[in-house]
Amino acid sequence: MLLFVIKNLICRTDGGYEIIVTIQVGRLKYAKTHEWVREENAGTAIVGISAHAQSLLGDVVFVELPAPGTCVKRQESIAVIESVKAASDVYAPVSGVILKVNDDVVNSPELINESPLERGWLFSMQLDDATELDELMDGEVYQDEHDSAFS
Amino acid sequence: MSTILHFRNWHESRATSKRPSLTQLEHAGEFIRRHIGPDEFEQQQMLSQIGYDSLEALVNATVPANIRMARALSLTGPMTESAALEKLKSLVADDSLMRSFIGMGYYPSKTPGVIQRNVLENPGWYTAYTPYQPEISQGRLECLLNFQQMILDMTAMDIANASLLDEATAAAEGMALARRVATNRASNTFFVDKRCFPQTIDVVRTRARGFGIDIVVDDIGTMVEHDVFGVLLQYPGSMGQVTDPTSSIEAVHAQGGIAVVATDLLSLALLKPPGEMGADVVVGSSQRFGVPMGYGGPHAAFFAVRDAYKRAVPGRIIGVSVDSRGKVGLRMALQTREQHIRRERANSNICTSQVLLANVAVLYAMYHGPEGIRRIAERVHRLTSILAQGLIDSGLVPHNTTWFDTLTLHFDVRDGEAAMHRAKAAGINLRLDCPAGTQLGVSLDECTTTADVVRLWQVLLGDKASSLCVENLDAKIVAHGVSGGIPAETVRQSSYLQHAFFNSYHSETDMMRYLRRLEGRDIALNHSMIALGSCTMKLNAAAEMTPILWPEFSQPHPFVPLEQVSGYVAMIADLESMLAEITGFHTVSMQPNSGAQGEYAGLLTIRKYLDSIDQKQRDICLIPQSAHGTNPASAQMIGMQVVIVECDEDGNIDTGDLREKIAKFGPRVAALMLTYPSTHGVYEVSVKEVCQMVHACGGQVYMDGANMNAQVAITRPGDIGADVAHVNLHKTFCIPHGGGGPGMGPIGVKKHLVPFLPDHCVVSSGKSWIGNSAVSAAPWGSASILPISWMYISMMGEQGLLRATQVAILNANYIASRLSDQYPILYTGNKGLVAHECIVDLRALKESSGVSDEDVAKRLMDFGFHAPTMSFPVAGTLMIEPTESESLAELDRFIDAMLFIREEIAAIERGDMARDNNPLKNAPHTLADIMDEGWNKPYSKAQAVFPLPWLHENKYWPPVNRINNVHGDRVLLCSCPDTDVYR
Repeated sequence: MLLFVIKNLICRTDGGYEIIVTIQVGRLKYAKTHEWVREENAGTAIVGISAHAQSLLGDVVFVELPAPGTCVKRQESIAVIESVKAASDVYAPVSGVILKVNDDVVNSPELINESPLERGWLFSMQLDDATELDELMDGEVYQDEHDSAFS
Repeated sequence: MSTILHFRNWHESRATSKRPSLTQLEHAGEFIRRHIGPDEFEQQQMLSQIGYDSLEALVNATVPANIRMARALSLTGPMTESAALEKLKSLVADDSLMRSFIGMGYYPSKTPGVIQRNVLENPGWYTAYTPYQPEISQGRLECLLNFQQMILDMTAMDIANASLLDEATAAAEGMALARRVATNRASNTFFVDKRCFPQTIDVVRTRARGFGIDIVVDDIGTMVEHDVFGVLLQYPGSMGQVTDPTSSIEAVHAQGGIAVVATDLLSLALLKPPGEMGADVVVGSSQRFGVPMGYGGPHAAFFAVRDAYKRAVPGRIIGVSVDSRGKVGLRMALQTREQHIRRERANSNICTSQVLLANVAVLYAMYHGPEGIRRIAERVHRLTSILAQGLIDSGLVPHNTTWFDTLTLHFDVRDGEAAMHRAKAAGINLRLDCPAGTQLGVSLDECTTTADVVRLWQVLLGDKASSLCVENLDAKIVAHGVSGGIPAETVRQSSYLQHAFFNSYHSETDMMRYLRRLEGRDIALNHSMIALGSCTMKLNAAAEMTPILWPEFSQPHPFVPLEQVSGYVAMIADLESMLAEITGFHTVSMQPNSGAQGEYAGLLTIRKYLDSIDQKQRDICLIPQSAHGTNPASAQMIGMQVVIVECDEDGNIDTGDLREKIAKFGPRVAALMLTYPSTHGVYEVSVKEVCQMVHACGGQVYMDGANMNAQVAITRPGDIGADVAHVNLHKTFCIPHGGGGPGMGPIGVKKHLVPFLPDHCVVSSGKSWIGNSAVSAAPWGSASILPISWMYISMMGEQGLLRATQVAILNANYIASRLSDQYPILYTGNKGLVAHECIVDLRALKESSGVSDEDVAKRLMDFGFHAPTMSFPVAGTLMIEPTESESLAELDRFIDAMLFIREEIAAIERGDMARDNNPLKNAPHTLADIMDEGWNKPYSKAQAVFPLPWLHENKYWPPVNRINNVHGDRVLLCSCPDTDVYR
């Protein structure tokens, strides 16, 4: 349900300015491994984990993010999220180069629980190939998939 | 059961005035009745509850016919406790207990009597489980936190774990950590200084092979010629020299590598600690802090790192958190690293640690305090310096010019042989590196006396020793006021063990009461049943425990010549053949020190076998989705790629999926890892078919023996089709869990795998696999606890073991049957029966009442029960394994508690109680809760703390309220907080 409520994504960058983006329902794309991607301008994208994933993990206690500049191929493990229940890998939903990471979630891992689609974003990427996005799921499909898995 | 004269039968036989025979009166099977909880009368009651008229009928309905044994096990026994003890004593009667000055990481030490009697010999300490449930484990958690503090103080590092299996595997874990965190990503080489202990080098080599790491063993001076991601140093060195490692550490840092330093805890009382020299990882053994050598173990190794690497630390870490009232509470931190290992990227499978021995070591330090520890270290060093000076004055100059406790001496062949001859005559073992005796080592220890020094002079110098005098040489050293043997730059300046914990319990009265206080905070088997699924918390009988502290078992150094311990080795061989018969294998290797290490050793054996038959390409390990997390981690450590096999709705291996995976990967399949009965607690009917499918494609079958307690005397892994299996002696064969270790995970193998079993570079097992490298520091793992399993099997005999398995199945089915009206039982076999454990499904209750498995677990504490296994193998469930040792009365108490809790949940479901304020959410309840002014909870104080009448007779009070897990992992604090916070 959360997907339909979110209207704004606010990313605080190192420079201190804010980007306010309006999100249309369905513009988040999802990987099977529960990461979301939102394409930005000029072939860049922001990555986080889904509301469903954070609820499965429970309270997040630690996040290990890649160094900016790291090159990553789609489906490669790129970050680690630890909760009190599990230590889980985060897989790159698309190929590219890491641009920025969200230092706020490193210092306050609970942001991933409180705001998985907004303030709990993990990192931004320069995409190698924007068409890879087409192979990911739309929000409705993703939601249907894990709904049916749990019904 | 002909020789078993039952108490009730005895009455009957008197009533019919039929006189029992002498054999019956001698009652060889007496122990069976001591080990098994329900008597025959109770067994009948329980059978009728389930709907069967005999144990045999129940077992026949539960266990698939195609795997049931057609014959009885061929074992001697049963024997009474006294007869078994006598037999064991006679086995080792001719072993010679010589004084060992061998060193190499093992030293005679003095276990303080107060610790031996109140900890090592006390079921309140040794029968506890791993502290996963922190609220009922605060006693040993405090002790383990102190252990971490001790390690931090002695090594000057930032974060220490709560022990590893042994020093050699700790060093191997150090290498794995280095690989993960080193900034030098390009290098694949780990450099090992040749001054490390040989058994450490051996184990590191084994581990490196699985990871595909190149090992260079050479003089540390040549390290700069290589591009390395890490280095292992020994400080002081294996031959005794004390060399400042600072420049070597700087050199490896310059390459972007990690410096791992293996060290000696006692020496650090006098030597500058590695943490002050730039070390990144410090490992070692805490054995010489009051733990007997025990022919190799068990002992607690330690592992400490800089803060930057804390999240990469293997094993268990104890951390400080708060409870729901804001009071300090301890817990295992970062558990996700251990129990929920990330399957694809695991670089460690460590699970069991050595809690009991870690506790003994830290209590030793607390009892002696910093001054006592320094005095012991200084005395050992002084005796070494006196010994050295006497040798130098007599013209025998030690090879090492610096030392803490070890001297290495070079001889020509004739003098060396003469010295060896004199040593033997004097009942002394020296370190012998060359068979010709041209290099001898001597290491002194806490137990060394001045008379020993004189004897050592006589041994090493012969007639020249007569003029030497300990007192004169000591007076010389005191007069010079120098710390002979220790270079000035490595003298320790910093203080240690300053925390109040290490300065409060120096009198025996204080220590005795402290130990009683800690014990009282914990639930162990001497309080109530611990029905942890997959953990088999059965009786650890006093008669089984008695021999482990006999000098014959506790004193030998692991590297003594075999002829001195022929009885010991015969006992081990005897146990090996018992286990081979029970498991249906050709040969058993005792080397693996834990279940997870058994998995590793077993897969390694398979790997070597496949390589030998030109099947190197087989690199895939098939693992059912329901497997324990250590399985994929072990496969990963061998360099195998994990492919998960799905389970069907009943929790069984999906044979269709297995067939597909085999079709897809056939020529690449190395092994299938299988747990039997499955982790879901069911005897899978298809198990033989599954094994055949794997064999047909050329793969091997590994069986995880965690659930062996449901197989003994009924079926055998070897008969089912496994090529290798490990056996958790600390589950099925009565070694106590020790509050989280020790354990033993020997492996049994089929004949074709025997040549590929682990061996040992110092003491070869003498069988056909000479030349294989080791998985453990000691040749027979934790040898000194093997008499426990030997005693158990001997006292039970075939009849007793069969009865134990039958009753284990009976007890589990009785619980399942009585709970099933109120709680769904998740997986059952095709007749609605479970194996030796059952899974209670709480997931629907989460919806209807908001109550989770954790809430039920914590509420059970108010009834004095340890929770069953939580959320394994299925999230939101509890897995209950009662074992055969629990009586009907205890099972009923547990069931009554579960049913009472179900009623409380029903009250929430009806809306009579709030979802967030009820006896489950507020559990456990402490004395502090009921002392609160104005009790304002929607239930009475009596319901909170005395929910059932029998609790008035036997109440356990949790010392803390529910511990905050999230806080503990986010704010990681793993050292002793100021004592003020406890107030």
